[in-house]
Amino acid sequence: MSVKSASGNPLSALKVHLHAACAATALLFGAGSLAEAADLNALIWCDHSDPALLQPFEEANNVKVNVKEFEGTGAGLAIVEQSQPGDWDVMVIDSIDVPRGVEKGLFEPLPEDKLPMGDLFPQVKMDGSTVVGGKRYGITEKFGYNTIGYNKTKVDPADMQSLASLTSDKYKGKVAIYDYYLPVIGMAALAIGKKTADLTEADLPALKDELLKMKANAKLVGEVTASQTALATGEVDILVGGGEWVTAGLAKENPALDFSIPKEGAVLWSQSLAMFKDSKNKDMALKFIQYIMSPEGQARLATSSCYWGMPSNTKAALTDDQKKVLRFDEQPGFLARAQSYPAPNADLDKKMQDMWTEMLQAK
Amino acid sequence: MNPTGNDGRALPRAGRALPWALVTPALGWTLLFFVLPFIAMGLSSLTAHEGGGFTLTNYSQFFTNPSYWQAMVNSLEVTAIVTVVSVLLAYPFAWILAEQVPERWQRLALMLAVLPFWTSYVVRSYSWLLVLAQNGVINRALTGSGLVTEPLQLANTRFATVTGFVHFFVMLLTLTIFANLKQLSPSYRKAAADLGAGPVRTFLHVVLPLTLPGIMVGAFLTFVLCIGDYITPQILGGNNELLMPQLVMMQIGRRGDFPLASALSIILMAVVTIAYLACARWLKIERA
Repeated sequence: MSVKSASGNPLSALKVHLHAACAATALLFGAGSLAEAADLNALIWCDHSDPALLQPFEEANNVKVNVKEFEGTGAGLAIVEQSQPGDWDVMVIDSIDVPRGVEKGLFEPLPEDKLPMGDLFPQVKMDGSTVVGGKRYGITEKFGYNTIGYNKTKVDPADMQSLASLTSDKYKGKVAIYDYYLPVIGMAALAIGKKTADLTEADLPALKDELLKMKANAKLVGEVTASQTALATGEVDILVGGGEWVTAGLAKENPALDFSIPKEGAVLWSQSLAMFKDSKNKDMALKFIQYIMSPEGQARLATSSCYWGMPSNTKAALTDDQKKVLRFDEQPGFLARAQSYPAPNADLDKKMQDMWTEMLQAK
Repeated sequence: MNPTGNDGRALPRAGRALPWALVTPALGWTLLFFVLPFIAMGLSSLTAHEGGGFTLTNYSQFFTNPSYWQAMVNSLEVTAIVTVVSVLLAYPFAWILAEQVPERWQRLALMLAVLPFWTSYVVRSYSWLLVLAQNGVINRALTGSGLVTEPLQLANTRFATVTGFVHFFVMLLTLTIFANLKQLSPSYRKAAADLGAGPVRTFLHVVLPLTLPGIMVGAFLTFVLCIGDYITPQILGGNNELLMPQLVMMQIGRRGDFPLASALSIILMAVVTIAYLACARWLKIERA
């Protein structure tokens, strides 16, 4: 049962008062928590907190970048909603979720003429989600693949060229699954011959069967650190949903870790930068975005200590070794076989998450 | 009725204000950090995620979705196992500390017992993951000694979650039971011995019943902290089954479904409240 809110609804009225009280309290206690307007306040993923990335920008512009990490668009948008307008200047967001921020009226259009749009890999511009109503609200800064990460000394690399290996008895108990429903559901879709962009509710039963087969072979379903640790320590030999973001950063310590783009394809992930409409420091926010998108900024972001990933700028100033680890030169072929991240509407998203819950609970 | 002093006379105006002044910070604290957030959570749980407005869907989902219901069953099972195992391990440990360790060494022994508290909860959980891993200390010892031929699946299981929890809660329970045992007057045991009871009978009929309130308080604390914990099952359980706190967190990550997360949290809180009422009632009966 769902009833639209009305101004006369006492529940809504009480909520408004409570929100006001909470906001007043937050203001009272948090007055000194956010930095001065001259600083840059960024809502980020962990790869942006690397001092090697931030320090050059801070020194060149004599500005302090205050960062707050979050995981998941929902959590990030909740932080924004609980803040005062103008508290935040820039945000890192899943490219497919840029429209969610635009719908909430949070983002400022970005000036394409001041950004290196022409230098980006064309396939990762993601105009379908980063451009809304003819205006660009997000720019892809980093991308990669949710595919098969594996230890090439423990498995047959030829097997890793097919998603069918993930459900074969040969690797039973040797598999971990990355705990994020959208990309892994995308991989399940590829395994059953569906296009990730065309998924509908009618596909859910077949997707569920495929997920349950994967789960039956898996030892664990882990978030970033857990799945990375499992692969690095030899607890498992294969990571479903893994890719360069898992293996590249560990290449020096563990050169046996690698990833494949199987014949069925892989799921392309990408993260974007967006500027807040209410930012009090838009010039500096734009400078920050320009820095991140510059060849130097892109190289630092791509090789961030938290996780590596492909820079979206083809001119990123990476060393030859770094390019080799990221398999930079193979990108045109990879991108041609990669499919987009599933971008379900709110209703299908909920159903997909429930299906994921069911998979996790399956014995 | 005016408040009165110890001599029964009505307090002057300033004296009447003093109790309120003393209690106001605590009341304010509770109002600000418990009552208001709780009301906000309650209201949120009655709001539709899409479009807002009043709805009971967030609650009905819990009762109609078997995966959600299963999370509660898993939580209760794990919590029950952890509580029972922790009590069974902590009681003899506390008894040895209180009865067998010389008085002058007790402080040091207690400090050593709670030493693991000094490390971060997250670090401790990851340490257990490494200990229980396929190439971890336990499996290496087992395979090295020839007891097993293949490494056992210890990490990323319910066993791992329970182990991580028990390690933590045994320390907590040891402290509460130790305090209870120390408060027990030696004259009870002497009286029992005078009446011809042996050590086992004295323990079963005198010491154990008198320390039950301490056990119950510790067990209740274990229950509350265990059923609401997210970190240990997340790190050690390998997501091979979901517990309630994990289910709550899942709703927030990408979808930001705070109404459903609030409803699930309130249901979890209701279970804790029922446990508290049962515990309080039992203690009341025991005292009576």
